Amino acid sequence: MIGSMRLPRRTRAGLSINALLVYVFLYAPIVLLVVFSFSDNRNVGQWGGFTLDWYQEFGDNESLQRALWVSVRVALWSTVISVVLGTLAALALERFSFRGKKVFDGLLYLPIIIPDVTMAVMMLLFFSQALDVADNLFGVGWTKGIETITISHIAFNISFVSVVVRARLAGMDDTLEEAALDLYATRWRTFRYVTLPQIAPGVAGGALLAVTLSLDDVVVTQFSSGPGATTLPVYVFGLIRRGVTPLINATSVIMLTASIVLVLLSLLAQRSSGTAFAGRGHTEPDRHDPLPISQKETS
Amino acid sequence: MSIRNIQRPAAALCALVLVAAACGGDDDDGAAEGEPATCEVGETDGDLALYNWAEYIDEEELAAFGEEYGVQVTMDTYDSNEAMQPIISAGNSGYDLIVPSDYMVTILKSAGSVQPLNQDAIPNLANLLDEFTDLDYDPGNTVSVPYQWGTTGMAVNAAAIGPDFEPSWGLIFDPEQASQFSGQISLLNDPRETMGAALKYLGYSVNTTSEDELNEAKDLVATAREHLAAFDTDQADELLVNGETVIAHGYSGDMFVQFLEAESPDDYQYFVPKEGGVRWVDTIAIPFDAPHPCSAHTFINWLLTAEHGAALTNWNYYSTPNEAALDLLDEELVTFLTDPSLVVGGTESLEQLVDTGDFETNYSDAFIEAKG
Repeated sequence: MIGSMRLPRRTRAGLSINALLVYVFLYAPIVLLVVFSFSDNRNVGQWGGFTLDWYQEFGDNESLQRALWVSVRVALWSTVISVVLGTLAALALERFSFRGKKVFDGLLYLPIIIPDVTMAVMMLLFFSQALDVADNLFGVGWTKGIETITISHIAFNISFVSVVVRARLAGMDDTLEEAALDLYATRWRTFRYVTLPQIAPGVAGGALLAVTLSLDDVVVTQFSSGPGATTLPVYVFGLIRRGVTPLINATSVIMLTASIVLVLLSLLAQRSSGTAFAGRGHTEPDRHDPLPISQKETS
Repeated sequence: MSIRNIQRPAAALCALVLVAAACGGDDDDGAAEGEPATCEVGETDGDLALYNWAEYIDEEELAAFGEEYGVQVTMDTYDSNEAMQPIISAGNSGYDLIVPSDYMVTILKSAGSVQPLNQDAIPNLANLLDEFTDLDYDPGNTVSVPYQWGTTGMAVNAAAIGPDFEPSWGLIFDPEQASQFSGQISLLNDPRETMGAALKYLGYSVNTTSEDELNEAKDLVATAREHLAAFDTDQADELLVNGETVIAHGYSGDMFVQFLEAESPDDYQYFVPKEGGVRWVDTIAIPFDAPHPCSAHTFINWLLTAEHGAALTNWNYYSTPNEAALDLLDEELVTFLTDPSLVVGGTESLEQLVDTGDFETNYSDAFIEAKG
């Protein structure tokens, strides 16, 4: 509708300039970063002719690749787990009332509000104490590592996922769920065929946010990691102390490309699943279940 | 190397952690405290986990150690002493070896976060240069062994300022001399280092706790500001080689790396002025609860051999405290790293920065005022 509205020419010009400036502001640094990743000069910011040496160096640098791999594993695991837990928490808070709901609600926001360093110190102390307790009780000599990083990322990601999913749930018409329940769908079926398809974009958005936050995090990660578990951002921060070289640019460009591919894939998935969900919502119950729902429920 | 760069906010953080850890109060095993580990020379008791600065040792060296002793070596990296310290002090870090800088060794030692070394298991300690066997931060190397070292001094573009300059801090702090290079001088952006340079010029200690001396230094830095291009730590070396400055206060290692890659390396000179300067020492130490202390002792002993000590310097371009390794250094590094004339006033004119406790804030305040 807005598209068909004719804005005065001067307003349109003003808006275009504004949009242009916003994009320049957002993307100029990224463009520079990409350009200088091809610079044949050890000092970033000075152009020294075109080269692919820094990408070659990335390929040769085992520490960097190991760190990237650790980051990817942590990001995937923490995202999968926090999306499930975060979505459940959002459903509980939005659809049910129970004792202590207010408290739970408030606590859920805590990881978003408290500063990174505070969270990092909490995690550090928690893990060093918890590992002592585990050792005393069960005699297991666990150390910190990828697992502890993953746990701490789940801890902050749950909050972000549930906030995003809740926003989606709040905007959803719950008469649809009531209708499903009236028609004797079980809670699970209602969730699977009515609720989930509707909140799917929220869940996907939460997942993307979780991946990004996990790949980005330095402080919490550094304080909850252990032997053999240096993530990419932590390693890159260490590199900066020896002078920033375009190797860091090249690494960033590779990560940037990976995240752009990820976003494009998720957009594609959303587009196709949007139609798939709608289609399945109507047909699947019948296909799997020749009996009318009501008969199955009562039997 | 900017390793000497002290990050202030992080220091507050570790204080917080120490308090909290102390409040936790449950009895740690504490076996390591007080008693050195009983290890034979060359004994290993499991895989080794090293916690180090990024790009401070060649991965191939780690693999070589692993192969020789039949253990796996993993390395993780940190970016400041202040980030590493709470992680180690809280316990259960899982690391067998850490690489703290001089002043941090003192802090870790007094907190009981590092264990005493069993010097019998490290016979190659005999390879250390004499001047590295009894330094103030850890007399007698009871908990730490010097790993690499460097200095903070002055680098000049000799082609630009002429070869007949006097190697003195006066090039920066004497207004008459500095005015010839006005706008082409940089000082480090670090309270202790920069106030330290001024203190040295005045003939005082870089670790002074006298307010009068510090005030004098503050006025000196404030006056020098007139002819400065920048207070810069991370890019001091690049500015010099790019030609934007001709005199730069900076770290030896950073300067050497930059010189070696410059178009005409012979134009540049690095030295510690005749009044003296700061020397930093990075050390290697074993956390109090290291899971594999014997592997750690064996690794330290291995690093102190001539061959592997030299490999370290040939790879990271910092000076070695290992006398036996000096003969095996790469040709191009020898002139930079072993020439005694680099320290004009002799080794006695060098000082390590020592933690001054509560007086630290006076340094940061004075520096902020001097910067205007």
